[in-house]
Amino acid sequence: MRHHLVLRVVAKMLIPFILLFGLYVQFHGDFGPGGGFQAGVIFAAAFILYALVFGDDQARKVVPDKALILLVPLGLLIYALTGFAGILLGGKFLDYDVLSSDPTHGQHLGILIIELGVGITVAAVMISIFRAYAGRTKAIDKEDW
Amino acid sequence: MNIILAHLPVLQVAIPLIAAPICVLFTFGGHRKLAWCFTLVISWVSFLIAGALLSHVLLEADISYAIGNWPPPFGIEYRVDPINAFVLLIISGISAIALPFARLSVEKEIENDRHILFYTSYLLCLTGLLGVTITGDAFNIFVFLEISSLSTYVLIATGVRQDRRALTAAYNYLILGTIGATFFVIGIGLLYMVTGTLNIADLAERLKPLSDNRAVHAGFAFIVIGMALKLALFPMHVWLPNAYTYAPSLVTVFLAATSTKVSVYVLLRFLFTVFGPTYDFVDLTFEFVFLPLALLAMFAGSITAIFQTNVKRLFAYSSVAQLGYMMLGVSLSNIPGLMATILHIFNHALMKGALFMALGCVAYRLGTVSLSSMKGLGRSMPWTMGALILGGLSLIGVPGTVGFISKWHLILGTLEAGYWPIAILIVGSSLLAVIYIWKIVEVAYLENDVDQNQVSKEVPISMLAPLWVLVILNFYFGIDADLTTWVARNVAETFLGGGA
Amino acid sequence: MVDALISHYNYWLIIILMMLGLYIVVSRGNLVKKIVGLNIFQTSVFILYISLGKVSGGTAPILTGKPETFSNPLPHVLILTAIVVGIATTALGLALVVRIRESYGTIEEDDILIAERSQEVSEPNGGTV
Repeated sequence: MRHHLVLRVVAKMLIPFILLFGLYVQFHGDFGPGGGFQAGVIFAAAFILYALVFGDDQARKVVPDKALILLVPLGLLIYALTGFAGILLGGKFLDYDVLSSDPTHGQHLGILIIELGVGITVAAVMISIFRAYAGRTKAIDKEDW
Repeated sequence: MNIILAHLPVLQVAIPLIAAPICVLFTFGGHRKLAWCFTLVISWVSFLIAGALLSHVLLEADISYAIGNWPPPFGIEYRVDPINAFVLLIISGISAIALPFARLSVEKEIENDRHILFYTSYLLCLTGLLGVTITGDAFNIFVFLEISSLSTYVLIATGVRQDRRALTAAYNYLILGTIGATFFVIGIGLLYMVTGTLNIADLAERLKPLSDNRAVHAGFAFIVIGMALKLALFPMHVWLPNAYTYAPSLVTVFLAATSTKVSVYVLLRFLFTVFGPTYDFVDLTFEFVFLPLALLAMFAGSITAIFQTNVKRLFAYSSVAQLGYMMLGVSLSNIPGLMATILHIFNHALMKGALFMALGCVAYRLGTVSLSSMKGLGRSMPWTMGALILGGLSLIGVPGTVGFISKWHLILGTLEAGYWPIAILIVGSSLLAVIYIWKIVEVAYLENDVDQNQVSKEVPISMLAPLWVLVILNFYFGIDADLTTWVARNVAETFLGGGA
Repeated sequence: MVDALISHYNYWLIIILMMLGLYIVVSRGNLVKKIVGLNIFQTSVFILYISLGKVSGGTAPILTGKPETFSNPLPHVLILTAIVVGIATTALGLALVVRIRESYGTIEEDDILIAERSQEVSEPNGGTV
């Protein structure tokens, strides 16, 4: 992979910042554009960049398939369980007011948790979609580049 | 216990929704049978919840549940009234009856390592259909409609192991279904632009003084066309025959009995609750759009069915004709006509459920559902073919079956509206149904040169039992139709008596 | 007349995009191009919703303590949902195209129809399940 030195170095430098930006977008969704879905896609973009530059096999070692099968339902379960927590604590489904002693804090906590769930699922789904397409054709030989 | 009862409307959707990710987690350990068993339990729980909701709504009052405790015009509201609860019962009931049949059918038709994801998609489809029916918020209808549609495309495409045309069938359905759903969203956007609300009851209130507004007319047109695409009203039915033919048997049973009915329900909800038949443009639509298209559907569907050699495709075209009957009932805009539509939502689910399940049993033994391979099957698979013929009698509308009840009310409706030529046309298209059912009877029972190499015996009891449950229900509700006609009359009077 | 054209430019844009999208779906035979057309069609719907959320003189709907006019935030949320639905549909459509390519060897609709017709003709019975 001598040919792609610039690509590899720049990717290695950028990926941590992309992940950091994804986390920023995730948790600042209530004060600016952002939220679960956008953050999940940005997060996934970092892993997809890694897979594009370093190869699908290497990317599978970084994020194994089993981890994705675990993460995709996990986010949705977090969302649904927050809804049920609302019922168990005395309110309606997805009622955030009852999640904390003060309705405002309850709302803040509720939105934070469900956006986290959404972010996890979306990131995992985006990476799985990419992997489903990338894994189907065999990689191009180094000489054919 | 009281917590459960108070939150039933949301549990109806939330339980299948949370079951779907749990089903994915079964991949750790490869528990295929557990996935089927889990889906079965969830379906039966949904059926019990739907039954509880229906009895509460019929005996007491409509239920309104505010999600997130935000009061109705501001938040999303789940609203259960008789028509809702009725359709919920149909969806969960068909799912509950079809799943015992699924164990062997899915084993045979789908690769082993795909079973867990197949049942996950099935649960998501169930969630989507239940959600469309129970919600009282227009945009929420779109969200759940797309959840169910996307899982439907996946479910149809899993039939690729039997025939690769399942892929193109799913693709065509995807393109047409997405266009339909996007038209629906455009219509909702136009209505939101004019009224400022998305809640169905609130929309009905705010649209009352606005019947001359051009944006409202455009919104109505987009919504009607969008839902007509989804419910396969002729000529927008082109996705239906391929989708039903190449899908796995369980998927065809579930979809034929539920997905188009849910779209009919959404159309009824918008036509009668949101807009109301007193608007001129709604009346004009009934007379000049629905009526001719419904008549064309009845005849084009039945005539095309007569010439098919693949029995699944034959019944798919017959479904197009039956949807024509439902839209005819709507277009008459009087009480018997609307009762016929609502009864037919229930009756068609029972009829087509039984017919496609019988075909699924045939496919389990023979591997094919072509007419010529069914020679002499009446002797080797008596129970299956018996169910098929009885379902066919119901399709024709023989007195004593559910098919007769809906056709009877439909004819009453046409006579009350003064359209007696249409009554003759209804009888005519029922006679066409006799022709294609006779084709099957002839091949199955009256052929003498049976292929001796083809040895088939009856299917196991786990597939026969749900099939005969559906057949018996066909006759039970045909003989004692009091409950269904009472519900239908109740709903029709509410719809035509001034909405909501 | 020109005034109506200029002041409502966003609605004209919506209609042009909508018609472009539908035309591409209908007229192009390549399966991937159909999906692209579908995406353009859905994009026009997003612009419709966002247009109707703008309040003239309104600013971003974030509470800062100062009393001011805010644009309507509800359409933005609706569009986020619709965008996600659009992405899921595109992903699913493309996955189907990949499988169709592997199965039929082509992604041109005309060639696929020819292949399916010859498959129907070569089956004397009317086919498998």
